[in-house]
Amino acid sequence: MWLLKLSWKNMWRNKHRTTITISAIFFAVVLSVVTSSLQDGVFDNLIKNVVSFYSGYLQVHKQGYWDERILDNSFEASVSLEQQILQPKNVTGLAPRLESFALASSEELTKGCVVIGISPQRENTITALQNKVIEGEYLIENDVGVLLAQGLAARLRLQLHDTLILIGQGYHGATAAGKYFIKGIVKFGSPDLNEQSLFLSLAAAQDLYSANGRVTSYVLALKNPADLNSTAESVRTKLGGTYETMTWEEMMPEIIQHIQTDKGSMYIIQGILYLLVCFGIFGTLLMMMVERKYEMGMLVAIGMKKIKLMQLLLVESVLTVFSGCIVGITVSIPIVYYLNKYPIRFTGEMAKVYEEFGFEAIFPSSTDSGIFITQGLIVLGLGLLLSLYSIIKIAALNPVTAMKK
Amino acid sequence: MKTVIDAHTVSKTFNPNTIPVHAINNVHLHMEQGEFSALVGPSGSGKTTLLNLIGGLDKPDTGNIIIHGIDITKLSPNELIDFRLHNIGFVFQSFNLIPVLTAKENVELIMQLQNRKRADIEKRILSLFKQIGLEDKIDTRPSQLSGGQQQRVAVARALASKPQLVLADEPTANLDSKSAANLLDIMAKLNQEENITFIFSTHDVRVIERARRVITLVDGQIHSDTARVETEPQTTDLATAK
Repeated sequence: MWLLKLSWKNMWRNKHRTTITISAIFFAVVLSVVTSSLQDGVFDNLIKNVVSFYSGYLQVHKQGYWDERILDNSFEASVSLEQQILQPKNVTGLAPRLESFALASSEELTKGCVVIGISPQRENTITALQNKVIEGEYLIENDVGVLLAQGLAARLRLQLHDTLILIGQGYHGATAAGKYFIKGIVKFGSPDLNEQSLFLSLAAAQDLYSANGRVTSYVLALKNPADLNSTAESVRTKLGGTYETMTWEEMMPEIIQHIQTDKGSMYIIQGILYLLVCFGIFGTLLMMMVERKYEMGMLVAIGMKKIKLMQLLLVESVLTVFSGCIVGITVSIPIVYYLNKYPIRFTGEMAKVYEEFGFEAIFPSSTDSGIFITQGLIVLGLGLLLSLYSIIKIAALNPVTAMKK
Repeated sequence: MKTVIDAHTVSKTFNPNTIPVHAINNVHLHMEQGEFSALVGPSGSGKTTLLNLIGGLDKPDTGNIIIHGIDITKLSPNELIDFRLHNIGFVFQSFNLIPVLTAKENVELIMQLQNRKRADIEKRILSLFKQIGLEDKIDTRPSQLSGGQQQRVAVARALASKPQLVLADEPTANLDSKSAANLLDIMAKLNQEENITFIFSTHDVRVIERARRVITLVDGQIHSDTARVETEPQTTDLATAK
């Protein structure tokens, strides 16, 4: 106890120096917490946008479908299979899809497109497709109309309530052909989807492709996306080897790659920040060791064991760094929560790009408690690592030389 | 009489590989319990080095130093620190009190290092501050004490562990005459009443006059060793020392 008391008093013997050190640590913690939380928040938001846009967090296919996306790799949809998929508590819903390719023709023009057969109601709970309807109406179950993406409609010079022809290859090589009226026009930010996609009701798509009762995928909604991998594993175990359960990370590795590249550059910035903090702490330690060299020699002379002296200085360092960390974390919590509730909004060109993709042009922060703990621990660890300097100096301390003025 | 110090053929050379300085050269020293001695000599004669060797702060190149029957030249650095903590009190020229601690806490520190019980510590603190005549300054920081008062606190700290030997390196060098006299009074009283052995390294005639034995060092050797029985340490009223 006396050691702690003495450390605390020593810590404040030079108030300016301690205040400067604590301030340096404080700013480092605040900056690293806020930058990390903004970075994580942006990535979380990106993932949420991308996933809710089309893929969902998890998809179930027939084994091998993802490598060869053809109708022959579709599977029989059934209530019992859906019940099995819905068993893990984290799975809150699913939407069946039957996807394939077809040639879409207007009176004079033809273009390749992706035909997606959906259960309108269930699809809407996962991708909020209804919100993307800019003209006409959304589909209903067993609808015979289609939703045409805006870009595709423009290329085919088609408008709402016009008719289009779909020609393609159905299940097991059957001919797929049909005539459909355009019930609605949907707009996507993603150029791929906007230029190529066409939505039918699941029943209409199954009829077109002669794939009655079949689907190519189930798109799953999760309660807690953080438990993605464990949920995927749980679904995999329940379904066995006939089906493949894929996470969005497996389906879209390019997104993960983008995040990792971005994080890499952020780590460099944080590294520079930590380096500056290290210089600050080390400078303080150097000054303190020179200033108190005589006193340390005297303490060893009168009978304080070096190990005790090391403990004393270590506790002083811990108290200083810990105080900076605590103040830093305390101040960064409201900042991070504020930025989460009132995210920074992009303006200008950047905002346009985001909005074109159908994303909200915001820069939210993540309130994950792990960020505060990790950043606090990193700075604390650095402080402790640097305090090894004073410990090494004490180990080599000779009281007689130390007390020479 | 009980032997406190028994040093034989003690030598210490600094910079042996470059320009050797023979700080202590073949010194023999015997000291009994209760002596009040002064180590004197010109600057560079080896007073502080001999004091450091006796206090176990430094190791001799040759010879043995036996304190209270223990050959301290054979102790490991950690054992030496422990030995100093329990057997030797140090008083330094520039007081060396820890500035962030009060007078009481500075004295307490030694007993805390000894893991003494709280009740013992409190009792000892009261008795020590009474002996040095600073009961009213117990909770005062060193910066608020005069030089003389700080040195008296340093004496209390040196005595906190109940050592039988106190080594004082130029204890009066930074004090005015009145403070020096008061400090010497306190130490003389402790010497008489508690039979504590005091060794001073000093240039100060005020100390030399009060010492009962004066050991003169010249070029690292004992030049003379005079017992002065006629100069019994005299004490003045401690109240004036405040």
